[in-house]
Amino acid sequence: MQKTIVIQPVTRIEGHAKVTIQLNDKGDVEDTKMSITTLRGFEEFCKGRPAEEMPRITTSICGVCPVSHHLAAAKAADAVFGVEIPPAGKKLRELLNAFAYTEEHMLHFFFLAAPDFLIGPGAPVKDRNIFGVIRAMPEVATKVAVTRTKANKAIEMIGGRAIHPVAATPGGFSKPLSAAEIETLKKTGKDILDLAQFTMKYAKENVFPKYMDAIKTLGVIKTGFMGTVDKDGAMDLYDGKIRLMKADGTHKDFPAADYDKHIKEHVEPWSYMKFPYNPEMGAFSLEPNAPGGMYRTNTLARVNVAEKIRTPLAQAELVEFRKAFGRPAQQTLLYHYARLIEMLYNAEYLNQLLDDPEIRSTDIRKPVTPRAARGVGSVEAPRGTLLHDYETDEKGLIKYVNLIVGTTHNNGPMNMSVKQAARSLIKGGVYDESILNMIEMTIRPYDPCLSCATHNLDGSLAVQVDIRGAKGELLDSYRN
Amino acid sequence: MPYALTRLTTRRMWGKTMPTVSIENFAVCTGCEVAVLDIGEALLGLLPKLDFVHAQVLMDNKWWGPKGDKDKLEVASADVGIITGGVRTEEDKHIALDMRKNVKTLITLGMCAVHGGIPALGNMSTREAMIGTVYSTHTTEKGQNPPQGIPGLLDRVYAVDEIVKPDVQIPGCPPNPDNIADAVVALLSGKPWSLTEKSVCDDCPTKREKKAQVALKRPLQNPDFKPGAPLAEMRCFNEQGILCNGPATKTGCGGHEKTPRCVAAFMPCRGCMGPIRAGAKPMVDMMGALSSIGLDAKQIEDRMAHFNRYIGSHQNLRVLPKK
Repeated sequence: MQKTIVIQPVTRIEGHAKVTIQLNDKGDVEDTKMSITTLRGFEEFCKGRPAEEMPRITTSICGVCPVSHHLAAAKAADAVFGVEIPPAGKKLRELLNAFAYTEEHMLHFFFLAAPDFLIGPGAPVKDRNIFGVIRAMPEVATKVAVTRTKANKAIEMIGGRAIHPVAATPGGFSKPLSAAEIETLKKTGKDILDLAQFTMKYAKENVFPKYMDAIKTLGVIKTGFMGTVDKDGAMDLYDGKIRLMKADGTHKDFPAADYDKHIKEHVEPWSYMKFPYNPEMGAFSLEPNAPGGMYRTNTLARVNVAEKIRTPLAQAELVEFRKAFGRPAQQTLLYHYARLIEMLYNAEYLNQLLDDPEIRSTDIRKPVTPRAARGVGSVEAPRGTLLHDYETDEKGLIKYVNLIVGTTHNNGPMNMSVKQAARSLIKGGVYDESILNMIEMTIRPYDPCLSCATHNLDGSLAVQVDIRGAKGELLDSYRN
Repeated sequence: MPYALTRLTTRRMWGKTMPTVSIENFAVCTGCEVAVLDIGEALLGLLPKLDFVHAQVLMDNKWWGPKGDKDKLEVASADVGIITGGVRTEEDKHIALDMRKNVKTLITLGMCAVHGGIPALGNMSTREAMIGTVYSTHTTEKGQNPPQGIPGLLDRVYAVDEIVKPDVQIPGCPPNPDNIADAVVALLSGKPWSLTEKSVCDDCPTKREKKAQVALKRPLQNPDFKPGAPLAEMRCFNEQGILCNGPATKTGCGGHEKTPRCVAAFMPCRGCMGPIRAGAKPMVDMMGALSSIGLDAKQIEDRMAHFNRYIGSHQNLRVLPKK
């Protein structure tokens, strides 16, 4: 009865992952692993590069969240050069970030996650993708496609390029905004705010209530959370202190530069992706019933650690969310709900920034001088706290790089969610395709972008299951 | 780039005649896939004309063949195969070889597939040094390093054309969505597609007087420009002493709008479209371009990696003996 089930690739996530489920002789789940199968090695090949080039090199870590790497690199380089950037430079960086967040949250909710919820987890495979969404609700799909294109044009207008932007530099920002550009951005800003409000309302009426049972049970694990907050404890995606919250809700804050006092990275030979953990939360353990050192990042984590959100509509949603699910909310599927709260926050915030007279300033960049130093830059990437840590020689060339990216924080928790779901869904060797889909649905909320940990974009729900005997011989094979 | 292309063989499906398409992705950042989405409304017109037989973004993945053979990946047969990403692992190489056999027209999309891209900066180190560095940063605990039960890394990053011969190559990091759409439209009508063999400077509106104003300096400050004024009033980056790879880089990054995108954001070109023509060596061409306006290229820090930032495959970047 011993079997190994392999789900490869895990789909509708941004990256290649493989899930292996080991069944014992009773046909129950003995062990599970989620492995990441390639490595590019930025920490090696960034050595020797001039620090000012890092914001243009590290964007290529990820084509889904290049803005986050661009900004974390610019901030680390600011620190290395020891420069305080002009206030307008900071606002332009934040404006770029807010537009990018709305674009990404749209992409994830509608293109990757929505098919499970808008079409349904048990729907025919041919409909369970973005084309199914387009067929089922053409008006919504068109609204999303048109708004997403406008958001992209906005990112390009602010940052130079929509993918791999170039305008954030050590010392500030290269490109001021003209009055005409600001008018165009304001129009797009209004459209994005409309879509964010529409999506929140739609999801609360039509999506979340339908899946409340699944939200309460599927892939639920108990962990700590990490995110960035400002001096008042409000959600901040660009700057602030890092807050680490334990599962019981107690928390402590520390400056980003002290990240290495709180985060260690565990290595397993079966995955190229490392496993960050917090030793203060216990010795490393992926056991869902007794996790050790595990905290989560990304939308749900930020919503949990924040005392409040600075914009009114998103704040009202936070209050409602917290009333329904408590703090910290642990249910994995709530990442989707939290994602829509963040989309609303960013939509409101970018409009605030565009109304700020300082956004028109041309005092946006200070010159910098190379020196030997160490600098840590951190932002909240959509998938979690992103840390770039650089050390330079006296010429300002990179000597040492350490990167901890959003998705890797969730490596342990994703493995735990898979294990929890597999254990509860597979008993006595009995399972089918829809059960494997449910297991994948516990990975998807984390919106894992494995490009960041190294890799690429998948789309549909393609699952391959091989069932092997104890000697590894193929007994049966399922595909959807 | 020379390639023979006949009208795509089409097959009949659901009463329509459409070419079949298969997409595979290797060591990528996903930017190329997002660039395809960024085609925007035009994409909605193109998609119904294509019959995807393998594309994780759209449909079932059939890597393991009809019976899920355990030892060998089976790559789908199709009229058109598209590869993004450089060849980094043994598994990537296997898929590239099989895909070439199983498709009629093979397209490489983006700099990683075409020239190795940013990850090919890693070709200046050995694979062992890379794994050693990645798994020994100061926050990483010592353990047994990968890979175990997952694909091993090749000795270096290979461009796809070092493994198999592609028919069409679409450069850019990522490619401009206009170029992707143009290439697909051309192929659908049986026409060849390639970008012109001109440099970024040919499409750059900045003012050139063929003489540098000052010596080369690192881009540690903005160039001189008047906010709100047209780019044509700004002096060329190189002539302002700010190193720009435009003279040795193929143009096309601006798509239909032409203006190079980085320049429009007041940032110099870094060469993401690759050499102007096949076989050209941008490093040599850049040294010439700089000295012709009176600049000394020897002052440039990290010259080798700088001029080959996106093209580290094809032996442009390699492990140098220790000094």
